[in-house]
Amino acid sequence: MKLFPMPFHSLLLFVVWLLLNNSVSAGHMVLAAFFAITIPLLVNGMRDEHPKILKPWLAIRYVLMVLKDILTANVEVALLIIGPIKKLKPGFVAVPINISSDLGITVLASTVSLTPGTVSAEVSKDKAWLYIHALHLDNEAELIESIKQRYEKPIKEIFGC
Amino acid sequence: MPLYLEIIVCVSLLIGGAFLLVGSYGLVRLPDIYMRLHSPTKASTLGITGVLLASMVFQSHLKGFLSIQELLITLFLLITAPVAANMIAKTALHQRTKPLDKTENQALMETVRDREAPKPPQD
Repeated sequence: MKLFPMPFHSLLLFVVWLLLNNSVSAGHMVLAAFFAITIPLLVNGMRDEHPKILKPWLAIRYVLMVLKDILTANVEVALLIIGPIKKLKPGFVAVPINISSDLGITVLASTVSLTPGTVSAEVSKDKAWLYIHALHLDNEAELIESIKQRYEKPIKEIFGC
Repeated sequence: MPLYLEIIVCVSLLIGGAFLLVGSYGLVRLPDIYMRLHSPTKASTLGITGVLLASMVFQSHLKGFLSIQELLITLFLLITAPVAANMIAKTALHQRTKPLDKTENQALMETVRDREAPKPPQD
């Protein structure tokens, strides 16, 4: 049996534990090391296979882009909420997706929920359609195109699926 | 506490507070559940981030070392908010909660509920 079956997760647990306690004292280091070793040993058996991040730099750029989009999304939605409600045209939209991995779909759906005016509601059984609700549906085709170009393409490249 | 730090803390608290207020106001003001989902998932994330930023600067000054605990809260919020919104939307669809009358593509709702692929438009 390997001591570190999930090296990345061990490191993550170690760092997160220290961050949560906001200290680097010896006692917390020992406790963090204990968690970093035992938790992966316990949960390794029930892990699903996930695609690996193939392009880390693209992933970092994607995260930064999403953070920027979240910022604009916040302002946009705040303005829509304050502005005239009667002018809003809400609507459901079906977005065709072709990401094969569950992790990729999850990342895409979460991004869609966090970015301007859209919340993802459901994924079809065959994993080919993502259903979203838009707060203000201006141009359906444009919205679908922007989601595919801006978010789906980089996710496909990052996970290579 | 130096003046410039106080200004940073005040400004981020005010911005955060303003966005949280707008987010909560949206819950009251928007007409149906699907639209109400938008305000807590978005307007509030920036609001919380603002408050946490203020806390980060304040605590770092108070304790004398960089306090990045608050970043974790933001991270957890970014991971959980879309999941919560997704579950609420699913529940509303399963309860057949009526959307606003002028909502577009209402015909899609049944296929979404059954998780089917959308039917081709009928002529």
